[in-house]
Amino acid sequence: MPNHSIPFRTIQEVHSAFESQKLSPVELTQEYLAAAKKSQLGAYLTLCDDLALQQARAAESLIQKFGRVPREEYPLLGIPMGIKDNLVMDGVRTTCASKMLENYVAPYTATCVSRLEKAGAVTLGKLNLDEFAMGGSNENSAFGPVRHPTHPDRVPGGSSGGSAASVKADLCFASLGSDTGGSIRLPASYCGVVGLKPTYGRISRLGLVAFASSLDQVGPFAKTVEDAALLMDVMSGHDPQDSTSIPQGRLNSFATTRTAPSWSQLRVGVPKEYFVGGLAPAVERSIQNSLNWFQKQGAELVPISLPHTQYAVSVYYVVAVSEASSNLARYDGIRFGMRPAGSEQAKDLNDFYRKSRSLFGPEVKRRIILGTFALSSGYSEAYFHRACQVRRKIVGDFTEAFTKVDLIIGPVAPTTAFKLGEKSSDPLTMYLNDIFTIPANLAGLPALSVPCGADEEGLPIGLHLMAAPFQEDRLISAAHAFQNGFELGKV
Amino acid sequence: MHPEFEAVIGLEVHCQLATESKIFCSCRARVPAEQSVGEMAVNLNTCPVCAGHPGTLPVLNQKVVEYAIQAGLATHSKINLKNRFARKNYFYPDLPKGYQISQFELPICENGWLNIETDAGQRRIQIQRIHMEEDAGKNVHMAGFSLVNLNRAGVPLIEIVSGPDMKTSEEAGAYLRALYAVVTYLGICDGNLQEGNFRCDANVSVMPKGSTRFGTRAEIKNVNSFRFVEKAIDYEIARQIEVVRSGGRVIQETRTYDSDKDITISMRSKEEAQDYRYFTEPDLIPLEIDEAWVQKIASNLPELPEQKKTRLISDLGLSPYDAGVLTGTKSLAEFFDRVVQILGGSALAKPAANWVTGEVSRLINEAGIEIHQSKIRPEHIADLVRLVHDQVLSSTGAKQVLALVWTSGDAVQVIVDREGLKQVSDVGALDPVIQKVIENNPKQAAEFRAGKDKLLGFFVGQVMKETGGKANPGLLGELVKKKLLG
Repeated sequence: MPNHSIPFRTIQEVHSAFESQKLSPVELTQEYLAAAKKSQLGAYLTLCDDLALQQARAAESLIQKFGRVPREEYPLLGIPMGIKDNLVMDGVRTTCASKMLENYVAPYTATCVSRLEKAGAVTLGKLNLDEFAMGGSNENSAFGPVRHPTHPDRVPGGSSGGSAASVKADLCFASLGSDTGGSIRLPASYCGVVGLKPTYGRISRLGLVAFASSLDQVGPFAKTVEDAALLMDVMSGHDPQDSTSIPQGRLNSFATTRTAPSWSQLRVGVPKEYFVGGLAPAVERSIQNSLNWFQKQGAELVPISLPHTQYAVSVYYVVAVSEASSNLARYDGIRFGMRPAGSEQAKDLNDFYRKSRSLFGPEVKRRIILGTFALSSGYSEAYFHRACQVRRKIVGDFTEAFTKVDLIIGPVAPTTAFKLGEKSSDPLTMYLNDIFTIPANLAGLPALSVPCGADEEGLPIGLHLMAAPFQEDRLISAAHAFQNGFELGKV
Repeated sequence: MHPEFEAVIGLEVHCQLATESKIFCSCRARVPAEQSVGEMAVNLNTCPVCAGHPGTLPVLNQKVVEYAIQAGLATHSKINLKNRFARKNYFYPDLPKGYQISQFELPICENGWLNIETDAGQRRIQIQRIHMEEDAGKNVHMAGFSLVNLNRAGVPLIEIVSGPDMKTSEEAGAYLRALYAVVTYLGICDGNLQEGNFRCDANVSVMPKGSTRFGTRAEIKNVNSFRFVEKAIDYEIARQIEVVRSGGRVIQETRTYDSDKDITISMRSKEEAQDYRYFTEPDLIPLEIDEAWVQKIASNLPELPEQKKTRLISDLGLSPYDAGVLTGTKSLAEFFDRVVQILGGSALAKPAANWVTGEVSRLINEAGIEIHQSKIRPEHIADLVRLVHDQVLSSTGAKQVLALVWTSGDAVQVIVDREGLKQVSDVGALDPVIQKVIENNPKQAAEFRAGKDKLLGFFVGQVMKETGGKANPGLLGELVKKKLLG
């Protein structure tokens, strides 16, 4: 399946190949662009051939000039990457997989993307997603679904389906996604790649088209934890243009992957609420095997309780949709968004809105309507404000738990990737799929998914690691050791 | 007002802050002095943030917070050291994000007050809250279509909400003028009423006299002249009383004031009212203000209208009325201070005050401008006061000089010389003129000598006419009398 002559696992390996002149950035970029064009997965919405080749040529001349890869200044030099199409790039179309923004070209670049570019990365193009990042299967894209990279009749997970599938299928070396309720970790788990959602505030949200502002975070997809760490180091750090970005946010996580964790001091929390029924047997076995591995390294497994877990999905689907109803108000066909045929003949302003707002897909409409209701006068106390109160209880669960443990480990999702169309008629079942990923967003915690097995059909299973806020290093160090030490295999 | 009713009035003032940049981005918030808003190219003063581009985020302008704190301190309000922003959601073409970033549950200032002065005496008006928010853009309606100009989108405002404490349009007007004086003294608002720098929504209701239960209120939106606010309130009170007296019920609604017809017109009823769906703005962290900063701002506050008024009364012996007019706007107060300074102290302060509150105020009010926008400089008034005091100019002559200063801006002495307005107090010069007038009017002279004293005025008038109004009137009476009887 890899289309490339030389298989690489990490960015370091690619850089070695550049230095030994086995491969040039331009060749690599051309290979990826060709693969992306040939692919039937539906992962890309826009390819930036000219920009990518220009960046690759710049990388090539830097390598020639220095006689090596200047990693200190350009840690991502010549690495072809894909960008989820809800992150804006100056002069490039950003659609959010919505008819509404089909022709929107942003006049600026997201901070995370410009930091990648500054580190030498090659941006191949924009990746498919659920419309406005709303969904868990990538079936909600207005431009068609993304297919699972190894099982094309199945979903890749969502909403960052294009970001996960493209890394697994070697349509880019690494990618960016966004995670509001699990949108990085779920597709990472389904596709068998590493996906990391940082602490809220770790990576600037400037240029991330908002879905739910208090939950959204940008994060990396990669084949390995160490590459994800490298991307985190590049993207993290304060951005004066995002008031919610934390002041001293710059990570140096890649370095932590160079030394082994002190296992005897590691306390791993196992929440009982994450192992109650509903877990597919293969998933449960893989998680258990992984926990056993941690124990074997010397870590202490600590049974813990996160008592408000059962409310997380309800709280999330009130808070997220409420914020979304406000964030998506600007797509009305006046300043932003398309004007459908007939809108010029609108009787009045309300009629105009009725016409223009009809361009959203059904899931987006559903969430806007739910959110508008949850915030409206007479109901906001019972819904939005109550949800905010329970959210604080969920935060409290984690604060309490992290006094006893260093990491919390459990499943990312109850099952492996399901079939296209299997759940799309039942939004509620789809929402419940997010049960294990949502709490980290509500509490602002860093969390990642790292492959830990596969089911009988070879569908990947992800292990979910969560840490206390700002403890990405701890998360990365343990996950890196796990990925290198744990033998993946069919159960 | 009908004797059986009383009115309850509360005012919400939107005051545009005179910061250099907008509230959440670095676009310009003020039009440079040499430019007018109309000349500014449409939608040029925008950036991705204030145009609401997808993915953009607000960053709070610290100067806005500083100005809001100044407004709070000057109105004796409590400064909430922890406050936060909220989103006010509504659809309108001039609102690019589909919501306005404002403050709702925790505004920056609460529980202040302002004293007002009316013919009925002094009253204290409560200020419930002051909050920060962004302005919207502007819709421009053309034939068959509308355009949106976002130059103003994101310009910082504070909204100042009074208690329902005023009973008459006069009190409402006094409150507005007092508040206007405060924000312009602080320099936090340019105070240009035509540009909408200081605009007002008035909540008006009526109830039977002595009642404690307020009637249903109507809100009159966006009036930007003090006089119009007063007239709109008067109309609205009369309208509501008429509704109640004829057995109807006042409905809760939003109304607009039509200044041409001097009436208020219904815009939308409560049923059509917006549900703003306020919630905490997730893109901005709660604002935590350092108390030491507040103290620093407090210690640097300039002299405020009330303090200045007290000083004018006690130090210069001015009447409360004159002191009130002189401190009504910052520019007038500064102008008067300078006149007194040039005159070298309090000795001529009273006549100077008369000039500034009288002729000068009349001229600028008629022109609808502020004193610093006119050609009159403090030196002009100081010169006039001194020349009148020294009897070089008659008061009539001085008024003529002022009218010429108004149009030309020339120095007083230049105008007096050029126009020959110098008062004639020279007996030798006046004597032949008086002689001539008496000779020309023998009949009247005889009657005067026979005891008809009233005719003195006739002779003085005739001499004045002959001298082109330049004769010193005080001196002239004596001279004419002496000549006729002597």
